[in-house]
Amino acid sequence: MSAVPISWYLLLSAVLFGIGAIGALTRRNGISIFLSVELMLNAANLTLVAYARQLGSHTGQVIVFFVMAVAAAEAAVGLALFIAVFRQRHTIDVNRMNLMRW
Amino acid sequence: MLQLLWLIPILPFLGAAINGVLGKKFPKPLVTAVALGAPFLSLLLALGCLWEFSQGSQDSFELTKYMWTTGDLSIPVAFLLDHLSAVMLFIITFVGFLIHVYSVGYMAHEEGYRRYFAYLNLFMCAMLLLVLGNNYLVMFVGWEGVGLCSYLLIGFYYDQPFPPYAGKKAFIVNRIGDFAFLVGMFALFANFGSLTYQDVLPKIVANPGLVTIPYVGSFSLASFVALCFFIGAMGKSAQIPLYVWLPDAMAGPTPVSALIHAATMVTAGVYMVVRSNAIYQLAPGVSLFVAVIGALTAIFAATIGIAQTDIKKVLAYSTVSQLGYMFLAAGLGAYSAALFHVMTHAFFKALLFLGSGSVIHAMSGDQDMDHMGGLKKWMPITRWTYLIGTLAIAGIPGFAGFFSKDEILHAAAANGQWILWAVGLITAGMTAFYMFRSYYLTFEGEFRGTHEQEHHLHESPPSMTIPLCILAVGAVVSGWVGLPKLVSAVNHFHHWLEPVIASPGGVSPAEHEMGSGAEAGLIAIAVLVAVAGWLAARSAYGGNKGLATGNAWAARIPVLHRLLLNKWYVDEIYDVLIVRPLAALSRFFWKAIDTFVIDGAINAGAFLTELTGDVGRFTTTGNVRNYALYFFLGVILLFWWVAFG
Repeated sequence: MSAVPISWYLLLSAVLFGIGAIGALTRRNGISIFLSVELMLNAANLTLVAYARQLGSHTGQVIVFFVMAVAAAEAAVGLALFIAVFRQRHTIDVNRMNLMRW
Repeated sequence: MLQLLWLIPILPFLGAAINGVLGKKFPKPLVTAVALGAPFLSLLLALGCLWEFSQGSQDSFELTKYMWTTGDLSIPVAFLLDHLSAVMLFIITFVGFLIHVYSVGYMAHEEGYRRYFAYLNLFMCAMLLLVLGNNYLVMFVGWEGVGLCSYLLIGFYYDQPFPPYAGKKAFIVNRIGDFAFLVGMFALFANFGSLTYQDVLPKIVANPGLVTIPYVGSFSLASFVALCFFIGAMGKSAQIPLYVWLPDAMAGPTPVSALIHAATMVTAGVYMVVRSNAIYQLAPGVSLFVAVIGALTAIFAATIGIAQTDIKKVLAYSTVSQLGYMFLAAGLGAYSAALFHVMTHAFFKALLFLGSGSVIHAMSGDQDMDHMGGLKKWMPITRWTYLIGTLAIAGIPGFAGFFSKDEILHAAAANGQWILWAVGLITAGMTAFYMFRSYYLTFEGEFRGTHEQEHHLHESPPSMTIPLCILAVGAVVSGWVGLPKLVSAVNHFHHWLEPVIASPGGVSPAEHEMGSGAEAGLIAIAVLVAVAGWLAARSAYGGNKGLATGNAWAARIPVLHRLLLNKWYVDEIYDVLIVRPLAALSRFFWKAIDTFVIDGAINAGAFLTELTGDVGRFTTTGNVRNYALYFFLGVILLFWWVAFG
């Protein structure tokens, strides 16, 4: 079985990251931004494991576990924040969360 | 006893500290006790030290209390008692203590009694430090200390406009001289790495270096240092052109004028020149300059003294004039004559100032001699002591001033400096004239003041008259230690000072012999001139004439009289030539440099910061997605930089 060349992985990762970045910048719904951020994180994870395999090193795989743990914690905190915001303002449209400004 | 030498300056310092810092709640007698006790203990210690020193055979006694070391610089805080500082020590502690006693009576009704004595004690400390230090830096510390106390005491009546102004003037004019003094010390230290007299003075004789100033020329090190030190002395000892502060310094209380501005501080410059006589002997050109400046100052100040009607102003100009005499002597190499005049002058000028203070006290603060007259009826002790002081300063034989002044004139004649001799002689005549003028205007004739003043006239309390009497004795006998050769084979004062006067190549300086006939002739001329001055004053102001005859004489020379009355307009000339341009320059630096450039730069910086903030804050929209965009762009830039930068 011929191995999938690493450039394919990197290309996929770049595409996923790009979709995630554009989503994070353009969506107004807080949950959607979250999902986009998760997408970027996992794009990065994909790169890490791809290289880990290519280079025969475990370091990349270990880092992926760290990233997943951080992502989980981030999701928990983020969702809690959005719930708190929603209770106050009955919306999670980030365009309307603009009190902190000049 | 000699081991306690260091206590002599420290005791008055403690007195000043106790009265000045802790004395706020002290009752007046306690303040007086501390203020008099400290200088009295100093006087006793000084007399003890002097006795032990004069019994011993050594030429000098040094006592190092502390080494002040920073890096290469190592200065001993050390005291030196030799034949020169012994004379000064005696003058300062003795006259100083008497003036302290006098002040108790004079200042009795003044506000700030405690403050006055704190300053006066501090002055004693600084002055003693000045003369007892064994190196130029300790001298300089004392030098600045007396300057500070002088400033504080001139401005003692700080609620009036003039005294603080006069104090500032004294301080600033002195600063010019002090700067030169510092430069001289730097030159010595740079060449020899030391400032101790007994270290530096032999060295400068051994290796006369060269000092080159760009665009000016080269001088021998000795000339350079001598000139710098003399400029320092010009400030402190009120010589042309820096004498202008001394007449204004009379704004202070009269005992201060007596102690600081007549007897002790202003003679510090003479002390310094005599102390550095080894340097001056290597610099004949500078020495001649010193003599010429001294002679010019003597005659110049005397001309002004003739026209003044304020009794303290007369004495002030007479002090400037007598200081000129001292420098005339020092410049001619007659160092012991200079110091001799310092000593006799300390007695008779302190006496005259205290006498004038006694008069002013009786006149309720009025200093104009035009309002006085006939005071001998009310103040016999003041009158007799003032008369003795006048006879002494006028150079009437038998009184102290005669001997010292004669020695100075003799030195000028013996050196063949006949012009300087003539200037000194004319000055002596003018001195006799204006001093007897002040005597006749004050004590003879009828009282010319108001009835109110006449009602208040009284002899001063014993605390004031006793010092007057003691000083009057001093004003007579202090001259007897230095009798001329005609009378006595040994001049004890000369002999005493011999160890401290350097004699390069074994030749004692300026001891040209004159025939006794010539000497007697010179003395006779000097006495004749003095008596002529006396008689002229008597014919103009004796009896009950007041200022009438004097004014009639003055009316014949209106231009000259105006010039003299206004002190040759020197203050005005300085104002136009120096003060105003300096003030304009300061104003330029204030307005153009400080306000515009420096403040402008700082304000511009603040303005730019504010502007940046004002513009930059519009990026803080409060919209999370904008922030995310900035962040994203930043990350891209960062990666770009890492990958391609």
